[in-house]
Amino acid sequence: MESFVFYIFAFMVVAGGWVVIYSNNLIYSAFSLLFTFVGLAGLYGLLMADFIAATQILIYAGGVLILLLFGIMLTARKTSIEITQSNLPRLPGAIISSLIFLLLMVVIFSEPNWNSATNPGVKETVPVIGKLLMTKYLIPFELASILLLAALIGSVFIARREDS
Amino acid sequence: MDYFIQIVTDLLPGLDGLPVWLVIPSIMFMFGALIFTGISIYSLIILWFERKIAAHMQDRLGPMEVGGWHGWLQTVADAVKLLLKEDIIPAVADRKLFKLAPYIVFLAAFSVFAVLPFSDKIVGSELNIGIFYILAVSSIGVVGILMAGWASNNKWALFGSMRSVAQLVSYEIPIGLSILVVVMSVGSLSMRDIVMAQDGGIFNWMIWQNAPFNFIAFLILFIAGTAETNRVPFDIPEAESELVAGFHVEYSGMRFSIFFLAEYANMLAVGIIASTLFLGGWQGITGASSAPGIGLIWMLLKGFLIVLVMIWFRWTLPRLRVDQLMYVCWKVLVPISFINMVGAGIWIGLSS
Repeated sequence: MESFVFYIFAFMVVAGGWVVIYSNNLIYSAFSLLFTFVGLAGLYGLLMADFIAATQILIYAGGVLILLLFGIMLTARKTSIEITQSNLPRLPGAIISSLIFLLLMVVIFSEPNWNSATNPGVKETVPVIGKLLMTKYLIPFELASILLLAALIGSVFIARREDS
Repeated sequence: MDYFIQIVTDLLPGLDGLPVWLVIPSIMFMFGALIFTGISIYSLIILWFERKIAAHMQDRLGPMEVGGWHGWLQTVADAVKLLLKEDIIPAVADRKLFKLAPYIVFLAAFSVFAVLPFSDKIVGSELNIGIFYILAVSSIGVVGILMAGWASNNKWALFGSMRSVAQLVSYEIPIGLSILVVVMSVGSLSMRDIVMAQDGGIFNWMIWQNAPFNFIAFLILFIAGTAETNRVPFDIPEAESELVAGFHVEYSGMRFSIFFLAEYANMLAVGIIASTLFLGGWQGITGASSAPGIGLIWMLLKGFLIVLVMIWFRWTLPRLRVDQLMYVCWKVLVPISFINMVGAGIWIGLSS
């Protein structure tokens, strides 16, 4: 049953991604990201990473996607234009994606500590994540928040410049 | 869920012979259908209540004819009428997205009910991250609203959905911060742990803990929850005098009723979440009762009470302007909830 659920979510991710890339309509691309994000959250859930799954939906579907859609709908009347790309750079694309695939495989197979039937992992993920964020990964966590704050202030500055 | 599976397998002993991958999803489906039926019946009842309360507040009688006693069948007749109405899709609308949008809004509203603890045993799934899951899935509905507004190809629908999304995204922040106060005092995200921490009668309920801080958090959650469900005084996305009906203006018949059902489901969800977090959940005034069904009755009573207060709001407060709406969220509720969260943290730190 788990593999059946896995294939449903994997299909959602791949089909959503396919529409994002190949749709001629910008708004369809943006909306189909929803299925990719939700499918990814489902995959995280299957891997017993419940906190990551909920965060995935909250940040990506509830935040990033909404900002994308607002950006498309508010900035320009680009929503009705058919977007086509004629010069698909197939060879560089193939090289880059196979290199990324190779890199991912190396990382996956060099990590010995995967959860399995004999190594079931942690039951409650949230306390562990919270402790790690406040101790071992405190500096990256704070750096990320400072980066986000800087981006926020920068975007307000750029948006407001025409007033003066 | 385990309890529900046990009941079903007791009632239907033949299920043991069937494979697990068939039995578990079909029992899950039955649970979902039960919740859906419950929500539909609740919507019919609460809609009748709302119309009667509205009428009496305005010194009218409200529906009096259909069904005899005080027009109690009026909303049932309205529901049948809605189901039989023609389903119109505007000629220039985006047909695919127009058809998809109600289901996404509906999905987000009903996914929340999967983790709501209706009683000690009646709960869909006891997730460790229960309350965080609720925050996450309810944000999917925003995408559906945006989709409905854009696909209708109608300026009022688009404006309504833009306003609605801006409002929902903004008011999620005070909601999250006030939920965090409860999570800090319990030390868990699980709905079950939160209810269990309020064991032992009305004075142990979360609303009275940590001196004023939890009470303020409850008020913020309640105000922001009213805004999240687009109710008056925060109903600017559907302001009928300026936007006709907001993002669902082009929808008719069944598709409209799906939006409608989602809105009323959201109201009940806010009521149940607020009473689970602050008002002891399924536990009664004198503490939890071991008799079956008592927990469910308490839970629904508390949820309905909060929904009734929301209806009372509607006939008491005038609608806010768009700028006032954003002012209330970003300059009043967000600072208060940040200060409240820090205060609660200091209080918890000092008292432990």
